[in-house]
Amino acid sequence: MEVYLDNSATTRCLPSVAELMTKIMCEDYGNPSSMHRKGVESEKYLRYAREVIAKNLKVQEKEILFTSGGTESDNIALIGAAFANYRAGQHIITTAIEHPAILQTCAYLEEQGFQVTYLPVDSNGRIRLSDLDAAITNETILVSIMHTNNEIGSLQPIAEAGQLIKKRNPNIIFHVDAVQGYGKFRIHPKKMNIDLLSVSAHKIHGPKGVGFLYINDKVKVKPIIFGGGQQKGMRSGTENVAGIAGMAKAVEEIYENLDEKVSRLYVLKAKFVEQMSHLEGIKINGLTGIESAPHVVSVSIEGVRSEVVLHALEDKGIYVSAGSACASNKPAFSATLKAIGIEKQYLDSTLRFSFSTFTTEEELDYTVRQMYDLIPMLRRYTRH
Amino acid sequence: MYKSFLIKYAEIGVKGKNRYIFEDRLCDQIRYALKRCEGEFEIRKTQGRIYVDALSEFDFDEVVENLKTVFGISGICPVVQVEDEGFEKLCEDVIAYMDKVYPDKNLTFKVETRRARKNYPKESMEVNCDIGAALLNAYSEMRVDVHKPDVMLHIEIREKIYIYSTVIPGPGGLPIGTNGKGMLLLSGGIDSPVAGYMISKRGVKLDAVYFNAPPYTSDRAKQKVIDLARLVSKYSGPINLHIINFTDIQLYIYEKCPHDELTIIMRRYMMRIAQQIAENTGSLGLITGESIGQVASQTMQSLAATNDVCTMPVYRPCIGMDKQEIVEISEKINTYETSILPYEDCCTIFVAKHPVTKPNVNVIRRHETNLEERIDELVRVALETDEVLHIEW
Repeated sequence: MEVYLDNSATTRCLPSVAELMTKIMCEDYGNPSSMHRKGVESEKYLRYAREVIAKNLKVQEKEILFTSGGTESDNIALIGAAFANYRAGQHIITTAIEHPAILQTCAYLEEQGFQVTYLPVDSNGRIRLSDLDAAITNETILVSIMHTNNEIGSLQPIAEAGQLIKKRNPNIIFHVDAVQGYGKFRIHPKKMNIDLLSVSAHKIHGPKGVGFLYINDKVKVKPIIFGGGQQKGMRSGTENVAGIAGMAKAVEEIYENLDEKVSRLYVLKAKFVEQMSHLEGIKINGLTGIESAPHVVSVSIEGVRSEVVLHALEDKGIYVSAGSACASNKPAFSATLKAIGIEKQYLDSTLRFSFSTFTTEEELDYTVRQMYDLIPMLRRYTRH
Repeated sequence: MYKSFLIKYAEIGVKGKNRYIFEDRLCDQIRYALKRCEGEFEIRKTQGRIYVDALSEFDFDEVVENLKTVFGISGICPVVQVEDEGFEKLCEDVIAYMDKVYPDKNLTFKVETRRARKNYPKESMEVNCDIGAALLNAYSEMRVDVHKPDVMLHIEIREKIYIYSTVIPGPGGLPIGTNGKGMLLLSGGIDSPVAGYMISKRGVKLDAVYFNAPPYTSDRAKQKVIDLARLVSKYSGPINLHIINFTDIQLYIYEKCPHDELTIIMRRYMMRIAQQIAENTGSLGLITGESIGQVASQTMQSLAATNDVCTMPVYRPCIGMDKQEIVEISEKINTYETSILPYEDCCTIFVAKHPVTKPNVNVIRRHETNLEERIDELVRVALETDEVLHIEW
């Protein structure tokens, strides 16, 4: 039995998406900038994608910028907004548990002279609005908060944060990295005061190498990639037409009956968590109910290194992620796990199970059974 | 401008009746190396020399780079070939050659002619003198020095005439396949690929064995070892890499023996298994990357305890080297970056905080008797499930 529970890393591409992309790559392969019919045909796919995504977010079509994925979206959002607005101030606020695409970009901006405040999180991986309120200064130009954490599935109070930020200063730009949340939640930037929103296609059963950034029409962002002036000069380079159309197709399919799919996931997650928690020496990190993401479960296992469990599960056809990948000679503990104050002995023994809307109860039952078999056996052999 | 390479070999020259074997193996290895290069080549063995002639266009740098991986080659001389169109034309060609290769004419030279085609109208000495004179006429800054010339200009008169004067150093050593085969214990670290390289430099063909410990080690760790074997095979020729599943043996030792002796006992079983595969596949010795005192399992006492189970010679070419010296070689042969990838290997997963550094062979032997019940069976299964990969560059 093959059970893929690493959907926060990437997801299987939908057959309908792959089919559409094949057609575009082999038949409708024109350059959307070309003046002839082939170009026009190809441009239609971009229009289609823009329409689907704009509708889904309830924003204007011109507010969607196609990118190469979550990392690029985050980079354009942060660097582009920081450089376009540095005259208004040089202070940026983010959180301690962001994805490296945010944290590393912030580190770069610090080198460029910006000041960055990293908000701490509580033991469930959530920021406190009071901390955010206290961090905002007259110099603050940008706040970046992730929607759903990729390691423990904690949800941030995005709408409340948006409200708070705009109340303090409507000119502060609010960026949300929704790479893990999009496709599980309905996100409407205008209602949540979000100015910039990063999304990646391959986390929602679309292709790799494509994503988008929602950019509020009223917000100033500078391009970071220059060239032939595509996408109104905001992101030069011939558009990845097949990928963009594939992404739109995935959005359509994933959001169909979303509420049903997500409530089913919450039920599966609750059962999975409940069964897992009876296993001795197990600790579930973060919240588990509807206050958390429906698709991420972070499990710490006393006395066994996560990498070993990961490979043992792999042997049973089950694919998961280690909370932090590290070898004896190169410890690289996860910033998120450290930030939620997880005990030292768990840092190296945390696994992430991440579901998709296609995950079945049977698959999860099988996984639980394997865990019950493996963990006591693996505990017998440990490093002393 | 170059069309051929004269291949110089050092130690082979002193071999007696076996010399042809060494030369033939050298030709084989040159062929193996040139397979990676664009173009067609002919390898000729004539009168105690090996020539590589290009039959088509080729990339000079690429060919030299690859010839430098062939053990047995001490020097690579790029050769210009000219047609025999009379002695005057030859002088012109030589003058042009010198101009191209030595833009700065302030040098001393000597002409050394070999007349392989005996019907050539001038004798070697005459050619030497006349070409020397022509060069001195053409370039007033040049001087002749017959004892210690800056440039030794070789003229070889065959069907065509060969001109060469530069020698690019080769790796030295002896051609692969002239010295039997050895079994390399490849761990994924820095030292063992270097050990394989050093032994194969002496003409030894390599096989290798890797001890895999799933789920404690990952497929990436295994891939890393495959990548390392491939990098070594650039020099050593094709390698049969044996992948042994060592997990059950390791867990059994963990259960039955004192924890601080785990590494030593584990290594003893690795040696036993490697030796068994070596015997089955015709290897004449084991090769390890051990270096005295580098880690607990490589003290003199530990090495003795490990060596205790070996009946075959164990070659440890890094034994007297410092880490830095080993690293330098691994950088030279391009294995370093792969070696330092941070994947857990089977030696580190259960390592004790304080492993024994001065194990006593008798104590170790006695503790090994705890394993009597199942170990033979486990070793048999490990050998039976040996996965063999044929690796070449």
